[in-house]
Amino acid sequence: MSDLRELYQEVILDHSRQPRNFRRPDHANREAKGDNPLCGDKVAVFLTIEDGKVTDVGFQGRGCAISMASASLMTEIVKGKTEAEARALFESFHDEMTGKSTCHGAAAGELDKLTVLSGVREYPMRVKCATLSWHTLMAALDKAQTVSTESDDRL
Amino acid sequence: MTVATRPLAATAGANTPAFELERVRADFPILARKVHGQRLAFLDSAASAQKPRAVIDAIRHCYEAEYANVHRGVYWLSARATQGYEGAREKVARFLNARDAAEIIFTRNATAAINLVAYSLGAGYLKAGDEVVISWLEHHSNIVPWQILRDRLGIVLKVVPINDAGEFLLEDYERLLSPRTKVVAVTHTSNALGTITPISDIIRLAHAAGARVLIDGSQAAPHRQVDVQALDCDFFVFTGHKVYGPSGIGVLYGKADLLRSMPPFEGGGDMIRTVTFEKTEFADIPNRFEAGTPPIAEAIGLAAAIDYVTALGFDRIAAHEHAVLTYATERLSDIPGLRIIGTARKKASIVSFVLENAHPHDIGTVLDESGVAVRAGHHCAQPLMDRFGIAGTARASFGLYNGFDDVDALVDGLGRVKEIFG
Repeated sequence: MSDLRELYQEVILDHSRQPRNFRRPDHANREAKGDNPLCGDKVAVFLTIEDGKVTDVGFQGRGCAISMASASLMTEIVKGKTEAEARALFESFHDEMTGKSTCHGAAAGELDKLTVLSGVREYPMRVKCATLSWHTLMAALDKAQTVSTESDDRL
Repeated sequence: MTVATRPLAATAGANTPAFELERVRADFPILARKVHGQRLAFLDSAASAQKPRAVIDAIRHCYEAEYANVHRGVYWLSARATQGYEGAREKVARFLNARDAAEIIFTRNATAAINLVAYSLGAGYLKAGDEVVISWLEHHSNIVPWQILRDRLGIVLKVVPINDAGEFLLEDYERLLSPRTKVVAVTHTSNALGTITPISDIIRLAHAAGARVLIDGSQAAPHRQVDVQALDCDFFVFTGHKVYGPSGIGVLYGKADLLRSMPPFEGGGDMIRTVTFEKTEFADIPNRFEAGTPPIAEAIGLAAAIDYVTALGFDRIAAHEHAVLTYATERLSDIPGLRIIGTARKKASIVSFVLENAHPHDIGTVLDESGVAVRAGHHCAQPLMDRFGIAGTARASFGLYNGFDDVDALVDGLGRVKEIFG
C-alpha cells in the first residue's frame, strides 16, 4: 500500500476529483486533442496565447486519476509562461517521468509543484497517463490538431 | 447478499466428479510465484491463459530431443518433428470433431486465421455490393479484416445489434440477412462481456440465406466442447494461447471442399506442388495455406494443451468455471457503486465492470498491488464500449485454475480501490 499512497497522493486525488481549469477559455486561439488508444483516454487542451505568452489555459476530457490530475496541474503551472518556458517545462517533466533526469535545471523551481506525480515513475505502464496532457499541450503550441500516445515514440 | 456455502477448493456441479482445484493449480508453475509479495490471483485468462507444466515440458522436449524442420528432411529427426507437427493437426481435428485433419490449418493466431479467410474470400468470391454480417460483440480482429476488404472491394459491412444486457439480437440478425449476404462472421463468446451467442441459430439462418459462416471461437474453445460438424459452420477459428497452449499458434478449421475452392493467402515454400518461373501449382490443403516454416514447437505445445484440457474434461471445467462466475457475480453485485457490464443470460466466465469514482486503469493498478491481475481498458472492442457509453471496463476472466479465493482477493482489492477513490 505504501507505493500506492505514493502514487495516489492526496493532491493527485484532489485534482482528479476537482480538476482546475476544466473548461474551454472564451478567447482560446490554440487547441489540440490528444488520445491514448491503448486505454481510450481523451483530452483536449485549449490555450490563449497573447504576445508569445500563455495568458489562459484550460482542458477537457476523460481519463484515469493520473491523467486528469496531471492535466489539471499542468494548466496551473503553464499559465503566465512564455511559449518557450512552457516547452522547457514539458522537456523537464518528460525527462522526470521517463527517468532520464531528476535534475530539472532552469525549470527546477517550477516543477516542484509536479513532484506529486513522481510516484508514477514506479509504474511504467502509467507514464503515458501522466504525459498525455503535456503532449497535447505541445501539439497545441505546435499548432498541430491531434496527438496520439501511439504516434510519437517519445511518449 | 450473503453466500451460505463457500467451498474453498472444490466447486463441481451436482452430476460431475469433484474438480480438485489445488491439484490443477499445482500443474501451473507460474501460479506458485508471488507478485508484489502477494499470492497471484490471475484473472486475465481471456487475454492469455497460463501454461501447465505438460505444455512447457512438451515444448522443451521438442527442442531438446525432436526438433528439425518439417516436411522436407529425409533424416530421422525431421521425420520425428513432422510426426509431432502432423500429430498435433490430427489432435486438433479430433478436438473440434473435424471430418479430416486436412481441414485444420495452423496459423500464427486467431487474428491471422480470420485474415486468411477474409483475404482469400476477397480474392474471387466476394464482389462489390456483397454483404458481410458481423456483430457489435466482435473483437477488433473480426472487424478490421472485413473493413480492409470493404475498402478494397466495395463490399458492405452490416452489424448485428445487441441489447443492454449484451445479448446478440437474433431477430435483428435475421432481418439483416438477404440474398446479398455472402459471409457471416460472428463471435461464439464475447471477450469483453462474456456473452455466449446463439451460434447454432446464427449458422442455420446464415446458411438458409446462402452465406458462408465464420465463427470466432477464441473465447469458446477454452471453456466448452466444440463440434464443428454438429455446428455445421464453414470456418471456425481459435488461438492456442487462450487454451493453455503457447502463443504463436492459431487454428483455422474450414470445410475441405470450401478450402479447396479458395486461393492461397501467402505464397512461399511448403505450399506448392511444383514451381517454375512461369507457373506454380499449389499444394492441396492444408499445406496450401501454410506457406513457410510453420510454428512447429508451438503446434506440439498446443497438442499437449489439448490433451490437458481433454483429460480434465470440459464438463468438469465448465461446471467449475460456472460456479466461480456465479460466486464472482454475486460478490461483485454486492459492492456499492459497481456496475457489471454484460449481464447476458448465457455467459462464459468473464465479468466486466465499472466502478463509480475509479477509472479502470486506476482499478487495475491498485488491484495489481494486491497480486490480482485484471485487464483494464477497451478489450480491443471499442465499438462495444461505445455502445455502453464507456471508455473501458475492468475485466476479471476466470480460467480452470481460478477459485473462490481469487474472487475474494478481487473483492478485497476492490475494497482498497474504494478506500483510495471513495
